[in-house]
Amino acid sequence: MIKLDHISNVFNKGMQNEVVALDDISLQIQDAEFVVLIGANGSGKTTLLNCIAGAIKPSSGKIVIDGHDVTGLPEYKRSKWIARVFQNPNHGTAPELSILDNFRLAALRTKHKGLRIGTHAKFKNEVAEKVKSLCMGLEKKLSQNMGNLSGGQRQALTLLMSVMDDTHILLLDEPTAALDPKSAALIMNLAEKLNREMGMITLLITHNIRDAHHYGTRLIQMQEGKIVKDIPKLEKAVLAVEDMYKWFG
Amino acid sequence: MSAFYLSALQLALCLGPMALGIYISMKVFNIPDITTDGSYTLGAVVTAIMLTQQVPTWMVLPACMLGGAVAGICTGLIHTKLKIDALLAGILVMTGLYSINLILLGRSNIPLINIPGIFSFHFFADDIINQLLVAGIIVFFLSAGLRFLLKTDFGIAMRATGNNPVMTQSLGIHNDRIKILGLALANAFTALSGFLVAQYQNFTDVNMGIGIVITGLGSVLIADALRQWWQVTHIGLQIILVLAGSLIFQMVLAFTLAMGIDPNFLKLITALFVLLIVAIPRLSKAIKRK
Repeated sequence: MIKLDHISNVFNKGMQNEVVALDDISLQIQDAEFVVLIGANGSGKTTLLNCIAGAIKPSSGKIVIDGHDVTGLPEYKRSKWIARVFQNPNHGTAPELSILDNFRLAALRTKHKGLRIGTHAKFKNEVAEKVKSLCMGLEKKLSQNMGNLSGGQRQALTLLMSVMDDTHILLLDEPTAALDPKSAALIMNLAEKLNREMGMITLLITHNIRDAHHYGTRLIQMQEGKIVKDIPKLEKAVLAVEDMYKWFG
Repeated sequence: MSAFYLSALQLALCLGPMALGIYISMKVFNIPDITTDGSYTLGAVVTAIMLTQQVPTWMVLPACMLGGAVAGICTGLIHTKLKIDALLAGILVMTGLYSINLILLGRSNIPLINIPGIFSFHFFADDIINQLLVAGIIVFFLSAGLRFLLKTDFGIAMRATGNNPVMTQSLGIHNDRIKILGLALANAFTALSGFLVAQYQNFTDVNMGIGIVITGLGSVLIADALRQWWQVTHIGLQIILVLAGSLIFQMVLAFTLAMGIDPNFLKLITALFVLLIVAIPRLSKAIKRK
């Protein structure tokens, strides 16, 4: 469970260019929920995600994950619970490392990276098995450098990598924004499948209203650093996509 | 004549660890670290002091590497904790080390003639062959160790940090800490070169490190050009290429000296040679476009 307790975040406080990115946000997300965050640019969605991930420290408020107060923990320590997929497909993988090495690192997200060689045959088979499910033929190219792949392929692999290790929370910041429609659909379906099968909290930011309508079990709309709509599962199920477009009218 | 090239080979082996050190900082971590000039001399200074005090060689070697590691940690801390540019952090530590080296040494140079050291082993009658063998064994084990390290889980984390720090942060890697460790390792390697060269040339001079970083950079740049040319991704081969880079570099210098060029021009020729290595790939691209 994620609990945000009166989270505010102000950039350049007290200066002329002061920006209130998050304005006293309180929010509880239960296990296995698939929350879709929508809102115009600058509404605070990404800042909220970054606060949960630990990339940004909120100006005030408390963040609790699974009963642990993580407000003061840096990002690399919060990775114990959290996996991320970034908007830019290049951010989630290391281009000059092989696919296998990237997966190895992801498999150790919550663990110690020690002085032993872990990219042995057994691990390779395990990765090949997972990668095969993408039907991209990448299972034969595991020793190739990540940088040789397309954005869609890299993003799909990043998503698979995010569940290589114990994941309680999956943060997806516009994961399909840089992809073609086909790759985007693949990523979204994979995200939904992972959420359903593994039951981790999934938080998705998207500007695609159709995706926001189609995916997820809860819908949150943000505006000027505040949550203006919070639609639970049952209401979301009967929501019409046309109505959602009107919110941005 | 052949002795001329043999000594170039020997020097290439002695400077090999430094080239590997630059490979670690520049290629693995993507940090331009020029603490090198200082940590190289530090290795030689520690060697001179300890050997003249009759400390056994097997204790001198780790002491040198430790000294280099501490210098690297200083640069790493300045770079990561104070958020100071890596180049500036390196220059600061290098400058500070000059005084430290001078104070440690007590004077500007110490001769090491007739003092038993790493090259005093006698496997064969020929001294040069003995030296080549000893330096070769050290470089071999160092390279094998580095190859193993870079293939371990920790090594993958090292390579990923230099390649994509945004990703490593989200994968539970403390970027600052791993960078500091990397710079410590790089400068420990560099100090080992100081240890070898001081004993090879039989003296330690406080100025011996000035501009040495360019030798390491040159070796790594040659290796990089070859790597791209041959599309080498294998880590073991990359390490061999760096050592080959060191050899090519020393051979070119030996060749220029053999041609009878005034040794005063050596640094200028070194700089021009490195410029050439960097420029060739760019120039050939530009010509292709036309």
